[in-house]
Amino acid sequence: MTWALILSLGAAAYFLKLLGAVIIGHRSMPAALQRCLLLIPAALLAALITKDTFTSGQEIVLDARIVGLAVAAVLSWRKAPFAVTVFAGVGATALFRLFA
Amino acid sequence: MVIGVAFVVFGMSFGVLAVGAGASVVQACVMSLFIFTGASQMSVVSVIAAGGSPASAFGGAVLLAGRNAVYGLAMSPILDGSVGSRLLGAQWVIDETTALVTAEDGSERKKTAFWVSAPILYAAWNLGTLGGALIGNSIDPSTFGLDAAFPVMFTAMVVPHLRTRNGRRAAAFGAVTSVALAPFLPVGLPILVCALGMLFGLSPETEPSPAATDGAP
Repeated sequence: MTWALILSLGAAAYFLKLLGAVIIGHRSMPAALQRCLLLIPAALLAALITKDTFTSGQEIVLDARIVGLAVAAVLSWRKAPFAVTVFAGVGATALFRLFA
Repeated sequence: MVIGVAFVVFGMSFGVLAVGAGASVVQACVMSLFIFTGASQMSVVSVIAAGGSPASAFGGAVLLAGRNAVYGLAMSPILDGSVGSRLLGAQWVIDETTALVTAEDGSERKKTAFWVSAPILYAAWNLGTLGGALIGNSIDPSTFGLDAAFPVMFTAMVVPHLRTRNGRRAAAFGAVTSVALAPFLPVGLPILVCALGMLFGLSPETEPSPAATDGAP
């Protein structure tokens, strides 16, 4: 983790917040652009989920992480609190590793 | 209050994982103080932990932060005070504060909701990060299943974004593309390609999409 990455991201993230809240402010942004920006988390979070579950570096790896993902998916779908989902998912992975 | 507690837990998870990915305790805390948008922070740590380049980690995180500009549009009417208060308030424009503000009726109630909740959430997130980073320094991640914490947390975070049809399409595209490209591109780049899933937003949504909230900034 480099300081250059941390500080440049801090500046970029603040600029984006400022852009909407202060710079553009009351004026408008095209509706289609707004819809696209709001869709980025769906695409990227889903991409991060499969990357962190099914890959290790550039290789496809299937291991105990799948158990954690399955538990988290069910709990999130059932609207469990965030802390419950995280602890259950991480715990299930650790237990599976211990006994499998 | 409940959200404040969730923020502490999420901040702790971030702190543990950031230190696990090679950040110092100070770096983890500076990230939460200055970046203060959870999905971006988690995505940086995830890409760096997997061996991706700083440039690709930066790209993915900035794309994720783009939504805060849209939230800012909705928040600008209540950020009408002095220049100083607007510059401070802007830093606190995130999923959760936007959701809390849009849920209130009337300008005064919206302002109160923002200026009460935002400092609490900011403090909770940063205290959680500090605690998590200190814990992370003293444990071995894989024994505790912490490598699974990334997909688990991202799963909890993505759910609110799946309420709309376009959200589900974009997520399906991202999930498949990410793994399909993994063997062929350096770590971190597939994530950037997955951002093309945002183009599903070019077609109008059948239902409105309010600020998605998951208990994280």
